[in-house]
Parts: sequence; C-alpha cells; structure tokens
Amino acid sequence: MTRTLPIGAGGLRLLAWTVLAGGILLPIAAGLWQTARAALGVMPAIGADAPGWDAAARLLALPGLGRSVAVTLFTGAASTLLALVLAAAVAALWHERLRGRAAARWLAPYLAAPHAALAIGLAFLLAPSGWIARALAPLAGWERPPDIASVNDPAGLALILGLVIKEMPFLLLVMLSALGQLPVARHLALGRSLGYGRGAVWLRVILPQVWPLVRLPVMVVLAYGLSVVDMALILGPSNPPTLSVLLLRLFTAPDTAALLPASAGALLQLALVLAAFGVLLVLERLARSAGRAWLARGWRGQAGEALLRLATGLALTLFVLGAVALVSLGLWSVAWRWPWPALLPTGWTTAFWAAPGSGLWRALADTAILAAGSTVLALALAVAWLEGEDRAGRPGPGRRGAGWAEVAIYLPLLLPQIAFLFGLNVLFLRMGLSGGHVAVIWAHALFVFPYVMIALSQPWRALDPRLARAAAALGAGPWRRLWAVKLPALAMPLSVAAAIGLAVSVSQYLPTLFMGAGRIATLTTEAVTLSSGADRRITAVWASLQAVLPWLAYGAALMLPGLMRRGRGRA
Amino acid sequence: MRDVFPRRRAFAFAASLRAMAAAGALALAGAGGAVAESRSWDDIRAAARGQTVYWNAWAGDPRTNAFIAEVGQETARLYGVDIEHVRLRDTAEAVTRVLSERAAGRDAGGSVDLIWINGPNFLSMKEQGLLFGPFVEALPNARYLDLSPGAPATLDFTVPVEGMESPWRLARFVFMHDSARVSAPPESMAAFVDWAAANPGRMTHPDPANFMGATFLKQALLELAPDLPALLAPVTDAAFDAATAPLWDWYDALRPNLWRGGRAFPENESVQQQLLADGEVDIAMAFDPAAAAAGIARGTLPESVRVFVPRGGTIGNMSFVAIPYNAASPEAAMVVANHLLAPQTQARMQDIEVLGAFSVLDPSRLDAAGREAFAALPQAPALPRLEDLGPTLPEPHPSWMTRLTEEWARRHTR
Repeated sequence: MTRTLPIGAGGLRLLAWTVLAGGILLPIAAGLWQTARAALGVMPAIGADAPGWDAAARLLALPGLGRSVAVTLFTGAASTLLALVLAAAVAALWHERLRGRAAARWLAPYLAAPHAALAIGLAFLLAPSGWIARALAPLAGWERPPDIASVNDPAGLALILGLVIKEMPFLLLVMLSALGQLPVARHLALGRSLGYGRGAVWLRVILPQVWPLVRLPVMVVLAYGLSVVDMALILGPSNPPTLSVLLLRLFTAPDTAALLPASAGALLQLALVLAAFGVLLVLERLARSAGRAWLARGWRGQAGEALLRLATGLALTLFVLGAVALVSLGLWSVAWRWPWPALLPTGWTTAFWAAPGSGLWRALADTAILAAGSTVLALALAVAWLEGEDRAGRPGPGRRGAGWAEVAIYLPLLLPQIAFLFGLNVLFLRMGLSGGHVAVIWAHALFVFPYVMIALSQPWRALDPRLARAAAALGAGPWRRLWAVKLPALAMPLSVAAAIGLAVSVSQYLPTLFMGAGRIATLTTEAVTLSSGADRRITAVWASLQAVLPWLAYGAALMLPGLMRRGRGRA
Repeated sequence: MRDVFPRRRAFAFAASLRAMAAAGALALAGAGGAVAESRSWDDIRAAARGQTVYWNAWAGDPRTNAFIAEVGQETARLYGVDIEHVRLRDTAEAVTRVLSERAAGRDAGGSVDLIWINGPNFLSMKEQGLLFGPFVEALPNARYLDLSPGAPATLDFTVPVEGMESPWRLARFVFMHDSARVSAPPESMAAFVDWAAANPGRMTHPDPANFMGATFLKQALLELAPDLPALLAPVTDAAFDAATAPLWDWYDALRPNLWRGGRAFPENESVQQQLLADGEVDIAMAFDPAAAAAGIARGTLPESVRVFVPRGGTIGNMSFVAIPYNAASPEAAMVVANHLLAPQTQARMQDIEVLGAFSVLDPSRLDAAGREAFAALPQAPALPRLEDLGPTLPEPHPSWMTRLTEEWARRHTR
C-alpha cells in the first residue's frame, strides 16, 4: 500500500536530472564552447575577433611543445598503469584481510591527504638534498648533495611516483568494493582444485569480472594523471613542463594575447585525454580476444605468485614513502633550521604554528565553508538521485556498467579541468557570479558529486529492500521511509561519502583559482603558492593543516555513526 | 562601444545577456579612458573611509606578506581603509583577472583595487588602457619623490610612468654566495664562466620564464652587449641579433657547468634560495640587497651567506602599485598608495628586522623627522652598504626581456 505522492516516482528523478543538466552538463558545454571560440581566435575582450588557425599555429610554434605533450602522455599513462597493476596485486594478495572497515581505515589517510600536501612532502623526501639522500650521504660519501635530478626530472618520474602513491589507494578501494560483489573465494577454490595458481585465477577469472566495475574509475585516474596541475607544478619537469603547467603559464602570462594559444592548448589537452580513452578501449578489445586464446592454452601460472608478491612489496614501499613524506612535512613545520646533511632539524620552533603569516585562519575558514557547502550540495543531490532511482523502480544491486546518466555524473572528472574552467570563468564573470563563495562551492561540487556518488551508490543499492517494504507496510510514506529508515540505516556510508566529499573539496586547486578570481584563498591554493617560496617551514605548516582537515573528517566519519547508534540505544 | 546599463548588481544579469548578445561589440571597451585625478585629497580620503582595498600582490615572500598585513592594520587605524591581500603566484594573474572582467563587461566594481606591478605587466596594462589615473600627482606624499624627468621613479623599465603607478620599494639585482663554501665569488658576469667551470653543478639561475631568470640574462646582456643605448629603445631584429650574439656565446660556455647540466632550472629565486640553503648550489640571486640578511634573520639561509655584485654595477628598478580602470575602491587604493610613500612607512619597510627593502624616497626631500627615522635603522653583517653595491644600471626596454626569454626558450627548451 504505497501511497504515490506528487513528487514520487518521476518527481525526484526529474529534479535530479534537471540539476544534473543545468548544473553540470550545460555549464561544461558552455565552458568548452568559450574555450573553443578563443582557440579559434575569437575573444573580443582582447580585441581578437578574426576567426582562424592563428592561435593553433602559435601554440604549435611554442618551444618544447612536442616534448611537453610526450612527457604528459608518459606520466599520465605510466602512473595509471602502475597504480592499476599495484592495486590489483594488493587486492589479489590481501583482499581477505582488507574486507569492510579494515580497508577504509588503512586507506583513509592516503585518500584524504590532498595531492598538494603529499607532493610537497615528497619533494623534500626525494630531493638531492632531501631525507633519503641525507640518509645515504654517509654511506655514499656525499659531502654535498649529489647533482642528480631526483625531483622535477625531465622524464617526470618523480611526478609519476607522486601520482601512483595518491591514486593507487583510490583504485584499491574501488577494486575491493567491486570484489565485494563477486564470489571470489569460490572462484579461487575452484581454480586451485584445477591446479591453477592464485595469480592465474586472478588474472583470468576475477580481473575480467572486476574490470567493467572499475573501468570508469580507471578512466578518472587516467584523465587526472594527464591533466594534473598542482602535483606537476611541485614534482614535475620544469623545462618544458607538462602540458597542463605550460597552459597555466600561458593563461597567466603578462602578454594577454597568450590567452588564445592557451585556449588552443586546452583543446589539445582535451584531445589527449580523449585519445587516451580511445587507446584504453582498444586495448580492452585486444585483451578480450587475446585473452580467450591465452585461456585455452591452460597455463597454470604457479610462477605468478612471486610476481604478485613483488608487486605487493613495491606497493607497500610506496605506501611507506607516502607516509614518510607526510611525516617530513610535520617535522619541517616545527623546524627552525634543518640544513644538509642533518637527519633531524638542528633547531626547533613552534613559532610558525603560532604565527604562520597572515591569512591562515581566513583560509582555514574559507576551506571549511567551501568543503561544507559543496559536500552538503553534493550529498543532497546524490540522495535525491538514488532515492529517485528507488522510487522509479530499483534497477537492482547487481547493475553493471555505466549508463549515460553515470557518464554524465562522472563527466567533470573525465574532462581536463583546464579545458572548460577558463571558459566557464569568462561566462561566470558575465553573469556577475565570479569571485564569490557560491561560484566556487558550485565548481567544487562538480568534482565532489561524482566521488560522493562513487561512495554512496553501491551501499545504497545494496540496502535490503525489505527494510523499506516493512516500513511501508506499517504505513510510512516515501518521505518518512527515507528519513526514518533508509538514511539512518545508511548513516555509515553517508558519513564516509561526506568525508570523501570534504577531502575532494579541500584538495581542489584549479577550480578555486579560476572561479574564485583570486579572492578566495584556501589552504590548498596557499600551500601551492607557498611551495614556490623560500620558506619550507611555513609551507609545511599550511600543507600539514591542509592534510589534517580531511583526516579529521574521515576520523569523524568512522566514529560518528557508532556514537549516533549508542545515543539512539539509550533513547 | 560602452554598455549603457547602470553597473549595479541587480542589473548584472541583464548586462551579461546583453554582453553575450553583443560580444563582438565589446571589443576594447574602456580602452583609452584615462582621466587625471582632479578631486581634492580631503574628498578622496572621505570617499575612501570604510572601503576595502583588494591588493593583488605576489605572495612568495613571507616578510612582504607580513608587511602588507601590517600596512593594512595601519590604514585601517588611520584612514578606515581595510586591505585584503590577494595572494598571487605571479603578478600576471591579476592582469588576466582585470582582462577577463573587461571581457565580461564589468567596467566598474572590479575585483582588483591595487596591483604590485612593474615592467612588462605595467606596459601590458598601460597599452591596453586597463589602468586608472594618472593619480600619482594627487598623492600628498609624492612630494618626497624625485619626479624630475628621467628620474628612476618616472620610468618603469624605460616605459614612462606618467602618473599611472606609484612607486613603493626599490629593487636592486644582487648575487648571494655561501661564504663558508665560496671564498672568491666572480667579479664580473664574464667571470661566471670560469667560476662554473671550476665548480661544476654549483650554480644555476631561475628559469628565464620567471622574472629573476630573465634579469640574470639581462644583467649579462648589459655587461656583454657592444652598444648599450640600443637596449633602451624598443627591440628590433637587427638590434637584437647584434646585441645578443656575445651573450649567447657566453651562455653556451656557461650552461654545461650549471646545476643539473643546465637542463633544469629552479622555478623562481625563492626555490633557488632554498637550493642555496640546502647546499645544492653555492650562488643565488635576489632583487633585494637585504635578501641575505633577511633570510638569515628568518632562519631560511645559513649565517655565512653574503651579498656580492659584479664590479660594473647591477640592474635596479622600482616596484610600483597601480590601480585598474574598473577598481571598486579607487579612492581607498590611492590612500594606500599614499600611505606607502609616507617617510615612516618607508623607514619601517627599510628596517632589516621588518622587511629590509630599500626606500624609494629622495633623501634630499625629507624633513627632519623623516631623516631621523632612516638614521635610526639597525645594521646587520650580511646587509651591504649602499656604496658597496656600485652603480645602478637601467633596465632595458621591456620588449628586450620578452625577446630574450623567447630566444632563450627557443635555444634551450627541447
């Protein structure tokens, strides 16, 4: 006896679609359109109104563009591949141990640590005068730091390392959650009984089933790796830099005519990402047909076990590197002097925490406002979306693959930010919306919403439908069922989704920079700005704070639902 | 064509629709609209009270950031004018911002009130009519400046200032070395080649895409170019080839012995100073004679760091503040520009314990109180005396810097 309210089946879904179209798809299309116009030489503000290929020609004439594109493709592809392989190896070896909460607890610090903070820590760790070199100095007999390019190296290896450390935990989490939907133990037992090694079963039986579930997140990681700005500024090559950094330099060049080739470059960036997706899909096809032939040969793959252990060992090393990088940040933030080759600071101070320069508290407040605003917005939209799905008739928890709606939700993560944010900024300025908190909250929500959906949709769809049915039988309407039954039952996933949303918002760099018109300074924009300054200690204070904020959110997310339940029990 | 709608928030949306419809017609709105400031200072001060100045300033130096914050407290106390420091990674960000606002038809109520600016960014804004003014003559404290024709405060990289920007700090290009590791630093730009050959990998310069890297090349150009006056005129192809041929020979000899084989360069002078502090290089550079003393005082540089300059002298210029044509609070911005020129502010700025940036005021125009404020400033071992710095060389015309960086990139970015 379900009562159908006016805003029942279709209403919520329609609302969510409207918000999706008007809030995400349309603005992105408009931003791309503005960028494309400028790329074709039309930007009335700087007196450019003759369409033509001039901007593209100027872009192509830039010294080092070829190398810049090459290093972009290399770092993006290599970091994605490495992160994927390592995550798969860890999942294969340890998925039993990492079920449920354990994985979340172990991976949370890495998921929450903003890219910029991790990069700043790694830059010190890896530098020729950094922590690792200092530890090696007595053994290698280095009196002075060796003259080697261990960060900002021309091939982008340090950038790849940073990206892998940050993306591997994300892919691992996605994979573990996908594995939760498969009868992994049965597959393994069956495989073993036929004499197949663990590696072989994973590669041939389990991964092909996991792949469709993780394809979209892998594409997100790939797009991110190809277009990352903040990490590339700190760890990437400098002469020439990756394409995204080259474009940021052009977008902010004193010569305003550079905006035209910069826009053409933004389209090139977009083309690179789309081409990479194309290659990925072709590879998938090839693997599918080649895989069948390979399966038929019946290789038992006992040797795969050693490779699996090797890859897992490498993954663990990277986890340790990431942790040590963050520890070094903490140490620098309380150091007075920490010269080469001392392993620990030679003088200590808390002065930079007490007075870290003007603007810290404001930046903290702005960061919190943006994170809270965009997360609430994204959560509300996600709940509306999923509840609309329920009311329209549940597609079932085993739903596979990505429908158009899902692609639309992920679109902001699949396109390079620089391709549409500049155009969008011009558009927002015309509407008088730029530079305000609202514009930046919305821009953050573009990127927060997809992650909230990733975190929330699976537990939501897996919720036992009998709960809601029982409530309906007791006479509860759809709204009451939502408020009194579903949301409390989903308190844990909701708070985890909120924590992820907060972390994503805190780490945003380009959207804050472009849409905030420089008036909104967050811990991230300030930390990145300071990272090109001379005072590592102050940078460390900001970056540590930038990392601590999302950690607090995750901590709260893991503890709150338990507390709430206890509170309820007493009532 | 100018937009005829009143530029109030309520009309912003209508204006934006209009702007979108007439995007083509918006070209160069606001260009050439320079009008001299003619109101009395009392009127300007009255209008400024209660306004907030969004001061867009490069934020890579914590001491400057702290000084800007201190100036904000003073202007709030004295004139009821608040300062919000909009922190920039690169000054060009602010230029882009004003430009995007004009693109959007926001010809008033803009988001930038004051910009710390000089050189190419000033030339770019001035040429495109993006600046408010002339206003410098209207500032009461301009009486302490030497504004006679050709004086440093009237030229910015040889571009006539014409009252469109107000000076606030003096910059001189200097080198720094760690005296614990280097006993005899090079005495001329030419001597850097031999020094680097004897100490491979121990020096570098910031990427010439950055201001400081370009200044390093300009400093060498001034010493090596056969014909100095040609550098003060806008660049031509012939002049560029003739003037830079010795420079590239010199650089080709120097580069292989630079840090990381001259294939990678620090992003800016701050990163380079970090390398000096980390012991990765022995030489750094700054546009501030007090940089070494300031770094030591803050603990960011070893105590053994000292300043040195080539015998022939180094490039010097003034840093200015300018007001965009569409600033929301131009009156308050003028009050801030004026406050920056007050002898007490300038003396505090020159104090090595505060900022250590040299004053732009003409000592001969100061009154007794002003002279006293400067005489009372403390000294430091790493702080050079003015007479140690040698003659001040002029900046080449900005067009040279652009060509120089482009040519360097063409030769050395692969």
